[in-house]
Amino acid sequence: MSLDLSSDTSARPTTRYGSNSGQPLTRRDGILKVTGQATYAADNHPAQLAYAVMVGATIARGRVTAMDVEAASRHPGIIEVFTPDNAPAFAHDPDEKMPPFGFRLELLQNHSVRYAGQPIALVVAETLEAATEGAHLLQPVYETDEARTGLENGVQFDPQAVGVGGPPSTSHGNLDTAFAASETIVEAEYSTPAQYHNAMEPHAVVAEWNGNHLTLDMPNQALAMSCASYARYFDIPVENVVIRSPFLGGGFGSKAILNGPQILAIAAARKLKRPVKLALTRAQMYGPVGHRGQTWQTLRMGLSADGRLKAIHHRSISATSSFDDFLEPAANASLPLYAADALLAEHKGLRLDIGTPGPMRAPGEASGSAALEVAIDEAAEACGLDPLEFRLLNYAESEPGSGRPFSSKALRECYERGAEVFGWQQRLRAPRTMRDDNGLLVGWGMGTAVFPCPMFPAQARTTVRADGSVLVETGGVDMGQGAWTALAQIAAEALGLEAHEIEFRSGVSTLPDAGVAGGSGHTASAGLALSNSGLDALAKLAEIATNDPDSPLFGAGNIGVLPRGGRLVRRDDESRGERFADILTRAKQSEVIGEAKSMREPGNAEKFAMYSHGAVFAEVKVDPDLGQIRTTRMVGAFAAGRVINPRLVRSQYYGGMIWGTSFALHEAALIDHRTGRVMNADLAEYHVPVNADVPSLEAILVAEDDPYVNAIGVKGVGEIGITGTVGAIANAVWHATGRRVRNFPIHIEDILGL
Amino acid sequence: MNLFDYVRASSVDEAVAAVAKPGARILAGGTNLLDLMKIGVAEPTMLVDITRLEDLKRIDWLSDGGVRIGSLVRNSDLAYETRFARTFPMVAEALLSGASAQLRNAATAGGNLLQKTRCSYYQDVASACNRRNAGSGCDARHGLNRLHAVIGWSDHCIATHPSDFCVPLAALDAVVEVTGKGGTREIPIESFHLLPGDQPAKENALAVGELVTAIRIPADASRFAAHSRYLKLRERTSYAFAVVSAAAAMTIEDGRIVEARLTLGAVAAKPWRSREAEAAMIGQIPSKDLFHHAAGIVLQGAIPSGDNAFKIELARRLAARALSAASAGTPAAMPALPGSPLLTISGDANVA
Ligand SMILES: Cc1cc2nc3c(=O)[nH]c(=O)nc-3n(C[C@H](O)[C@H](O)[C@H](O)COP(=O)(O)OP(=O)(O)OC[C@H]3O[C@@H](n4cnc5c(N)ncnc54)[C@H](O)[C@@H]3O)c2cc1C
Ligand code: SF4
Repeated sequence: MSLDLSSDTSARPTTRYGSNSGQPLTRRDGILKVTGQATYAADNHPAQLAYAVMVGATIARGRVTAMDVEAASRHPGIIEVFTPDNAPAFAHDPDEKMPPFGFRLELLQNHSVRYAGQPIALVVAETLEAATEGAHLLQPVYETDEARTGLENGVQFDPQAVGVGGPPSTSHGNLDTAFAASETIVEAEYSTPAQYHNAMEPHAVVAEWNGNHLTLDMPNQALAMSCASYARYFDIPVENVVIRSPFLGGGFGSKAILNGPQILAIAAARKLKRPVKLALTRAQMYGPVGHRGQTWQTLRMGLSADGRLKAIHHRSISATSSFDDFLEPAANASLPLYAADALLAEHKGLRLDIGTPGPMRAPGEASGSAALEVAIDEAAEACGLDPLEFRLLNYAESEPGSGRPFSSKALRECYERGAEVFGWQQRLRAPRTMRDDNGLLVGWGMGTAVFPCPMFPAQARTTVRADGSVLVETGGVDMGQGAWTALAQIAAEALGLEAHEIEFRSGVSTLPDAGVAGGSGHTASAGLALSNSGLDALAKLAEIATNDPDSPLFGAGNIGVLPRGGRLVRRDDESRGERFADILTRAKQSEVIGEAKSMREPGNAEKFAMYSHGAVFAEVKVDPDLGQIRTTRMVGAFAAGRVINPRLVRSQYYGGMIWGTSFALHEAALIDHRTGRVMNADLAEYHVPVNADVPSLEAILVAEDDPYVNAIGVKGVGEIGITGTVGAIANAVWHATGRRVRNFPIHIEDILGL
Repeated sequence: MNLFDYVRASSVDEAVAAVAKPGARILAGGTNLLDLMKIGVAEPTMLVDITRLEDLKRIDWLSDGGVRIGSLVRNSDLAYETRFARTFPMVAEALLSGASAQLRNAATAGGNLLQKTRCSYYQDVASACNRRNAGSGCDARHGLNRLHAVIGWSDHCIATHPSDFCVPLAALDAVVEVTGKGGTREIPIESFHLLPGDQPAKENALAVGELVTAIRIPADASRFAAHSRYLKLRERTSYAFAVVSAAAAMTIEDGRIVEARLTLGAVAAKPWRSREAEAAMIGQIPSKDLFHHAAGIVLQGAIPSGDNAFKIELARRLAARALSAASAGTPAAMPALPGSPLLTISGDANVA
């Protein structure tokens, strides 16, 4: 992997206010993590801890008619076996959604089974081993109905919404007219499988009650929202719930939304008046904690004689559970990217006997982009154009449909830089024409990456103390992406300090609400709040100083002041100023507290279309006889607003591109449709790439100055890397072999036509 | 996990005595057994830990040039033993193509022979499986069986044996030394694993209470050192079980093949060796055509057991490739991606 920063404009010191924002700092929690000192949720062992084990259903639809609770209870060490017959009651009906994002949950409210892996009992014991064996002894008996887990027997419906509250259908222009005016029509069907988040750290919780106060150690991507939801389930004031989530071993969306097993463990702790720990096993993560739902997509494109897109019609059938809705908004991937006279994105739902899907890194964008980028490649081929040339020809200068200008869009530069570094010019157009010295087929493919830049309401607090120390606080979430580092850099920048000069607190729900760590919006949202809270604190300091005749800043109120290395100085003369500490000491104040909320400027949100963009180029090598594929090289160039920390940003792009490799070539839950069970629910058989699968990765950071997304110019980088990449690899496979595989992941037998 | 007793054997005799008890199981590296216990597939009432038996950890070179591998020798220790890797390069390559570095550091030679199938229905106690639970049926037969056996299977079981190590061992006529109450005996590796027939639960030739103490590779197997190769087709570049694999070896004199060996992995419940295919190459000039012909012979009896017809053609192509690679010569150094067919089309460029 290339770590050479010299050619990278974004990595040059873009020093603002003398701070280290823009610098490739290493993760502040890195040492703790690599030395095993970071305490993840399941590392907590309060006194009197009891251990819970969930029992998951082994059928996908039907009823539990019996369980041997007696046998389980007799096992040494068992404290309590919870089943629907003695289930805890909840103040919120689990069969109702929990606003804003909460799904309907299975909390032992009855004996029905709606998907394989659904919790049907919780066994609590003195040891994990005893609880595990107690769970085993339950030997549930079922009345089994036919499992509906495929396109053939699922029930299709017209959804009310897709993704998180998005419209199921969006259209611009007149599709019929545009198709009628098209010279060529390209149409094909694509499918994407069910995928599971598989964060390294399982969903775990250590729940401890103290009267009506609840403390939870758990990995959690949405602290404040979760506190509010737990408060409603357990009928306690929201301020009584504390979630501590200092470290997360990955989340990818699966730890943002409440799930049944964790709530059951919390309820058990309340009932038993003892702290209870639950950690799902790997296999148990394939059911009650969300997944990326399957899609069956159709893309139909109308093209003019010279290769211009006239019409794009993108349809997706998106799978969801039989009892709740989360539909991959896959077809929407076609909306923001390519200029076409008419666009129609439509969705159907498909009810299956599966756990409710949920947002998984780039939900909708990833599966939709997989289909779209292959379709674009097919369209380019149909027009006899180079795939890059075709994309440039259909470049959207303004948001397709709405015509709104982009707040910033350096996609053209991404194409150029990526193509140059990759060497795209050398590509031979016809498939199956490139070989390496060893005789392997070589294929080059590309895809465009795009991701919206949402922001969530977030809050932060900055305390400047009379001793000169600074405390910065927000309930942010570090899932490994480096939030503790990047957010501290943003906070420090606002204050004109170095990141190590501030004390940064995060990861606990008692701190100001930093919003959801999701949608690639955490850095922008929490970052803006931090920045604004720092500016608020400075404003308060300035207020004191400029009104104090003894201060060198006296009277500078109209001119303005700037923070510089722990001092406030006059904007017009930086030699005149004084230290934060001196301002407070003289004013006999122990501290000033700056507070802020972040929101996007509503006017800008209205006026501009806001997206991150990128271009991904992939090389695969394929054994012509054996069909073995390896992604030998990937180059991605991404433009996503201002780069706070190039090391962390690059790491997100790498991770995204590796995930794209996974999507294209490896990852899929294998469901036995007779039983509805996932049959490869472990990391030996559920394949994700290993290092040897991604021998060469390069991420180019294309600078973008965007004054409209927010005051700190930050878009988001967490998810975009998957988009574009899946298509780039599939297109490279086509280019290498001449075989167009439209069902993901691509297998050896597809390549060989066996 | 069920409650079980744990005994630590301090001699082979003690181990033999202990493991003769009903419900007792040998614990070696634990990388397979403990996983199966955690998911309820294995429920021993007693674990007999043999890992302190120092005698079983030795690699002994015999006076005739053969080697005796103690059953507790770790996969990685064996693969990196210089003389071993030089003498039996395709065995070392097979070992290094298996699992991950961490697993190879823990897994033992005996444990690798005795590891269970990776059939997902075998690993799922809610599924019917004749191998795990005799007479219960075989959910793989009409289920997800893309990677199941294409040869030697029966309607009772279509599982494959997942080991890489055993494939070149079979090609090289290795012998398994076992000790039981009645003393010590030897089982040729080819008769060690059993085809399922109507009794898939009987997986190997070990009698109850018998312990594998060593694996012997005969001296004459070293003749193949210059022309042997183990190739393993996987669905990712590393850390995956084989879709199909092949161990190929030959001796060449005056441009003609004097002796040849060919064994396939991941196609049957045991390493699939074909003496007929081997015989067809004797006295012949090495060529692509010859190797394709020989590869075809190995797979003559192959029949898809489900959604896996592609494996037959793939195995044929891989066998031919392995033979070509072997005839071209064993790589001078262990390939950077052991077992990977990726760089075998025109030679051995991919060395570490
Ligand atoms: C994720 C994963 C990937 C893997 N990938 C591969 C791969 O690609 N290729 C490959 O070949 N293998 C692979 N393996 C399997 C691995 O090689 C085996 O798990 C290992 O070799 C077993 O050795 P062990 O010493 O840990 O055996 P254990 O787990 O201790 O024992 C396995 C079985 O053998 C019995 N046993 C052990 N020693 C003796 C003895 N001396 N006498 C009698 N019985 C005995 C035990 O009772 C048990 O039934 C993989 C394993 C895992 C978990
Ligand atoms: S193939 Fe064999 S191991 Fe797999 S389910 Fe059938 S009987 Fe069991």
